Amino acid sequence: MQFGKLCRVAAAAFALAACEAPGSRDNEAAGKSPIANPFPSTYKPYPSQTLLIANATVLDGAGARIENGAVLIEGGRIKAVGADLTAPDGAATLDARGKWVTPGIIDNHSHLGAYPSPGVDSHGDGNEISGPVTAEVWVEHSVWPQDPGFTRALAGGITSLQILPGSANLFGGRGVTLKNVPARTVQAMKFPGAPYTLKMACGENPKRVYGYGRGTTPGGAPYSRMGNVAGYRDAWIQAADYRKQMDKAESGGGDPPKRDLELETLADVLSGDILVHMHCYRADEMAQILDISNEFGYKVTAFHHAVESYKIADKLADYGVCSSMWADWWGFKMEAYDGIPENIPLVHNAGACAIVHSDSDVGIQRLNQEAAKAWADGKRIGIDIPIEIAWQWLSLNPAKSLGVDAQTGSLEPGKMADVVVWSGNPFSSYAKAEKVYVDGALMFDRNDPANQPVTDFELGQPGEGDRK
Amino acid sequence: MIRHLLFSLAAVAASPFAFAQPVAVYGETIWTGTSQGTISDGVVVIENGRIVSVGPASTRVPAGATEVRAQWVTPGLISAFSRTGLTEVSGVDDANDTGAAGSAFSAALNAADGFNPDATSIPVTRLDGFTRIAVAPQAQSKLFGGQGFLADTSGLTGSVFRERAFAYVVLGESGAQLAGGSRPAAWAALRGAFDDVRFFAARYMSHNEGNVLTRMDALALMPAVKGDQLILFQASRASDLDAIMDFKEQNPALRLAVVGADEGWRVAPRLAELEIPVIVDAFSNLPSSFSQLASTSENAKRLAEAGVTVAIVNLDNDSHLARLATQIAGNAVANGMDFDEAMRALTTAPAEIFGMTGLGVLAPGARADVVGWDGDPLDVTSAPSAVFIDGEAQPMESRQTNLRDRYRTIDESQKPMAYKR
Repeated sequence: MQFGKLCRVAAAAFALAACEAPGSRDNEAAGKSPIANPFPSTYKPYPSQTLLIANATVLDGAGARIENGAVLIEGGRIKAVGADLTAPDGAATLDARGKWVTPGIIDNHSHLGAYPSPGVDSHGDGNEISGPVTAEVWVEHSVWPQDPGFTRALAGGITSLQILPGSANLFGGRGVTLKNVPARTVQAMKFPGAPYTLKMACGENPKRVYGYGRGTTPGGAPYSRMGNVAGYRDAWIQAADYRKQMDKAESGGGDPPKRDLELETLADVLSGDILVHMHCYRADEMAQILDISNEFGYKVTAFHHAVESYKIADKLADYGVCSSMWADWWGFKMEAYDGIPENIPLVHNAGACAIVHSDSDVGIQRLNQEAAKAWADGKRIGIDIPIEIAWQWLSLNPAKSLGVDAQTGSLEPGKMADVVVWSGNPFSSYAKAEKVYVDGALMFDRNDPANQPVTDFELGQPGEGDRK
Repeated sequence: MIRHLLFSLAAVAASPFAFAQPVAVYGETIWTGTSQGTISDGVVVIENGRIVSVGPASTRVPAGATEVRAQWVTPGLISAFSRTGLTEVSGVDDANDTGAAGSAFSAALNAADGFNPDATSIPVTRLDGFTRIAVAPQAQSKLFGGQGFLADTSGLTGSVFRERAFAYVVLGESGAQLAGGSRPAAWAALRGAFDDVRFFAARYMSHNEGNVLTRMDALALMPAVKGDQLILFQASRASDLDAIMDFKEQNPALRLAVVGADEGWRVAPRLAELEIPVIVDAFSNLPSSFSQLASTSENAKRLAEAGVTVAIVNLDNDSHLARLATQIAGNAVANGMDFDEAMRALTTAPAEIFGMTGLGVLAPGARADVVGWDGDPLDVTSAPSAVFIDGEAQPMESRQTNLRDRYRTIDESQKPMAYKR
């Protein structure tokens, strides 16, 4: 729904809809900023062949499960999915008997590249803690493409991911959506046409980092949750004013306002061009954030971590906001104290949008297992969700939350061929991603060292090219 | 056994298993951890807190035994390394007793003094099949973290069954930082501390003249230095593991184990030869630090194949999610580890490392820590359906299940949610 709104806004502003032709123009992502995106995507799909993956259990990611099914990839796109497909002349065939085929997993909460391995201080580029409102920073300027974590995630079937700034600030800055291909520059990973996102944060982190930083951080407001809310509202008031000036200038009513990186980002949230992803644990806080969004006329696309979403799943469904969740993290801080393993199925069961996320360079390697745990825990309390439906937590729902669901997130004709071939049922500890295709190009093959990337950092180190 | 008596009184009201009533746990697959191997369609019979027989389903069962049925039956799992029960909320200092950066003491810190059997993480851990936990302090003031202990997960008073089970000592990068900034500083501190203990009488009888340790710390470290107590070192880099093994060769009486050991596979034959067991997190496959460059998800497999005793744990959120060691062990299997080895890494290996006799196996005479599962215990979709500790059926409830049951259906049409429990 958020993506629909984005398309409409983009279509009004430009001749082309941002969602219409993937890869056609990256500029749309910059929305109504005075200058088109200064850091355009240079991503190009790698060469691929026409390929029929046959005889597999196929989860199309849109809700269907096809036994003994096939997926036909042509020109880097999904050409067809079904039970009775035949390979066109000259096409390669992969006999995937006993294997499962799914859309690539999309993690909408990662800090890879911004908090890369090794996790030394020199690499700590994920939080611009110089102030509580840093909407002016863009996390892509922190992303180190040589983070070995990207390659491990690829081996776990991650084909796209959102990199977010950390949660120290009320407004942490812009997030960026990447295709998970090794690259020399972050621009060469940027998902073509993906809208920008804005990271915001509730609760303990902002008030701890600033108010109670005890001299280690800048200090000053916010000291409390009420200080957090005042901080959001102050910033939105300024943004609304800036938006008004921009709109006036665009309709020929005067000069545009002086450029302000912080307000440009916030103003583009108000116009619907930038999607809000907000770190929020507690149910009561999420409800207040939804009120703030109504006060200023923007939409919250997804709450992240959302360990208490199960307490207000009805309200989240009514509003139409996604919850991006762990399977079972809890107890590491006060606002995570009420985390339960059934959070994801309870949110799903209430008709709200559920997403499995990692926020971890370890968890991102097996999000399928995280989904499986939540699925099984739901089943034990009578919430019996077919695997083919639950897979939406891993691909289609995160794609929606990033505004790229018209291009990826399911195996539907015309979409990017972001595909994983699993050794078995991926809702298990024992299944491995055997082959991972990004835009139809084979980027990882578990059984072929030639198709296993090694980052610059790991070259010449002990363990280079080892099984990971 | 006062606590068992107390629990049995509660159990009469709360569960169908009265004190001393025999229990027969039937399973389609019974993993014994002994030379009996894996039994299809078998039964484990429990009487008076002990296992009396393990065999095919046709095995004679005492009259009046309560019957429990499960897909899989395993010994109670043993967590070889955690902080479970030392903190209620890790990020809340007031509720966290894992470490003491400001303490004047180090090796003398007795983690058992911080254990709370009422911690909500205890039932959460138990509900995933872990009946015993080895709990370590965090080293925050010096590289000597203090004394670890062994406990069961009944949540009852007296569930610590061995205090001072091991001395916890941090080496590698963390040890270097704690010692002042370098590995040489850490080794100087370690060797100096051993000398303090060996010359205890000369250095401490009249004055507090240790080079490294206070009198209390030296006294606490004495059993470890004498080889009467296990020393659990934390280290990851191959060169650090080699240094530990050199130390062992210079001090053959020492009883050592290593936790971390991400690069252990590179020195596996030597670890096997010196009989130094390792406790690994088999998820660790990233160069997270310069001490973990050769991390691989095949570490556990390679160590086991080299003949090293391997326990598998979760070193990430080790206070509240120690239970994820089952998922990690399952992934070790997916990465080539033999299934039985992975099961042993959660049962017999930790029992061996910490000298827990009669635990980690299903065998006649063993303590009746028994878990019934609804599927393969190493698969992420499985969970226990019944847990016994010393023959007592455990409540399958936690604060998490209470919250879940309250919010399973949201309905405030008559009363607020706070009235539902």
